[in-house]
Amino acid sequence: MKFSGKVWKFGDNIDTDAIIPARYLNTSDPKELALHCMEDADPNFVKKMRPGDIIIGGENFGCGSSREHAPIAIKAAGISCVVAKSFARIFYRNSFNMGLPIFECREIVDNIAEGTEISIDSAKGTITIRDAQKTFAINPIPPFMEQLIADGGLLKHIAKK
Amino acid sequence: MGKTITEKILQAHTKLKEIHPGQLINARVDIALGNDITAPIAIREFRAAGGKKVFNKNKVALVLDHFTPNKDINSAEQCKAVREFAVEHSIVHFYEGGQVGVEHALLPEKGIVLPGDLVIGADSHTCTYGALGAFATGVGSTDLAATMLTGELWFKVPQSIKFIIHGKMKKWVSGKDLILNIIGRIGVDGALYQAMEFTGETISKLSMADRFSIANMAIEAGAKNGIFAPDAITKEYIKGRAKRAYKFYSSDADASYSQIIEIDAGKLEPQVAFPHLPSNVKGVSKAGKIKIDQSLIGSCTNGRIEDLRTAAKILKKRKAAPHVRLIIAPATPHIYKQAMQEGLLETFMKANAVISPPSCGACLGGHLGILAAGERAVATTNRNFVGRMGHPKSEVYLASPAVAAASAVLGRIASPEEL
Ligand code: SF4
Repeated sequence: MKFSGKVWKFGDNIDTDAIIPARYLNTSDPKELALHCMEDADPNFVKKMRPGDIIIGGENFGCGSSREHAPIAIKAAGISCVVAKSFARIFYRNSFNMGLPIFECREIVDNIAEGTEISIDSAKGTITIRDAQKTFAINPIPPFMEQLIADGGLLKHIAKK
Repeated sequence: MGKTITEKILQAHTKLKEIHPGQLINARVDIALGNDITAPIAIREFRAAGGKKVFNKNKVALVLDHFTPNKDINSAEQCKAVREFAVEHSIVHFYEGGQVGVEHALLPEKGIVLPGDLVIGADSHTCTYGALGAFATGVGSTDLAATMLTGELWFKVPQSIKFIIHGKMKKWVSGKDLILNIIGRIGVDGALYQAMEFTGETISKLSMADRFSIANMAIEAGAKNGIFAPDAITKEYIKGRAKRAYKFYSSDADASYSQIIEIDAGKLEPQVAFPHLPSNVKGVSKAGKIKIDQSLIGSCTNGRIEDLRTAAKILKKRKAAPHVRLIIAPATPHIYKQAMQEGLLETFMKANAVISPPSCGACLGGHLGILAAGERAVATTNRNFVGRMGHPKSEVYLASPAVAAASAVLGRIASPEEL
């Protein structure tokens, strides 16, 4: 997988209530959820971002509830992938299970400013800050998780078996 | 090398002879849970994958507790979708209306989850059942769909952190204070991807209610599960509830842990987690003068009968401060009835409390107690993230039922000792 886009930076412990507040969970329609993506972290996020953009988080991104509405909202808003220092475990599972690409990389998070363009090559395991020509390594994705993404998520993976 | 209780339960649910932390395994699931927020997505995925029949109609639990009694048309539609699915698949453990309670209080109460079980739930606080000596963990809706299809799910075997708790807890100090203190020490990602195992002489004397509160908040430290070795207190709790076989597991003396943390619970005072993280914890005596607009006593963390009894002890012959909305939400219909029979509801009403039906409503800012901009609540719940109980500019302070009740009376965050 290859991605490139502008980054939007968030801090540590971005929780699922910030990604998609519970007041919008009376629906699971991705289009509806996308309208409120990241709303309680940045109320103008959906207006500012463009399809293909990338979210950068700090430690423990996606902590809190198990709501799959969180990765759904991010994906449906058009974000191509999320890069963070670390992910909360249910968010991590959910992202692979439903096919939102996420990458762990500590160095880049401390070395990048909002609005910068980056490109990611998951096969090579690299993230590059385009203007600065700086490249960082992504934590390798376990083979099983790669298989999940390649198969298009957990249920398609099961169907294949 | 010995094994931890978590490793033993996981291994018993696989065909493997040996498992070790870090390994990816497929394991059999005993109970799979969904609610009115997470089950609709799981059902959609289940159908999209061509699912015709759930793997076992006795092993799926569907509990409509979050936006119920239905708060609006959308939530009514979500509940309807789950209800239709439950009927179509003859789901045995389906709860709504007057039979519904907050899922993590309801399932143990009804004996649906038991010691030694492997439980998954599309709700992060599924870790609550670790109090019974089960391996229980929160997952997403797709995981629930996969489990409903196959009866199995993939897991990464976690490492464990052992907490050894000793010392006699002071009056008004509860399991809630202990877990808040622990989260304050290790942080909201202090147990990321790991199991939290609670042991020690204090734990061995702790009531099931306190154990449930502690296991409930393991996820607030990022843990995969929280777990207690079952004992005589567990046995007493499941007596009369269990309708199928169960098994007690415990860790070997030479099991390996990533960390061992010892805590003297005798030194603790009641704890308060300040906005906007459950790890932002201080002793109540250091809280300062924080005026509150609402006090919520309820939820899967602290809506049990023991919690209501504690609150009633403090609220008896007292009233909530005039500017405080005191909301009491018994977690299940059974607890509600017990509270009624014991006269607790009368005490609460005399204290000017609103008694909510069993529901998650206020806890997640869904309904039945939403905060306006600038308002502050003390709550016996488990999360105080931005916007958790309403407006993004409102604040939530997490505490025990004793502190929430005393705070309601004094109109500010307060210890029961101050009354
Ligand atoms: S009471 Fe609160 S934390 Fe518990 S299941 Fe309901 S919404 Fe979640």
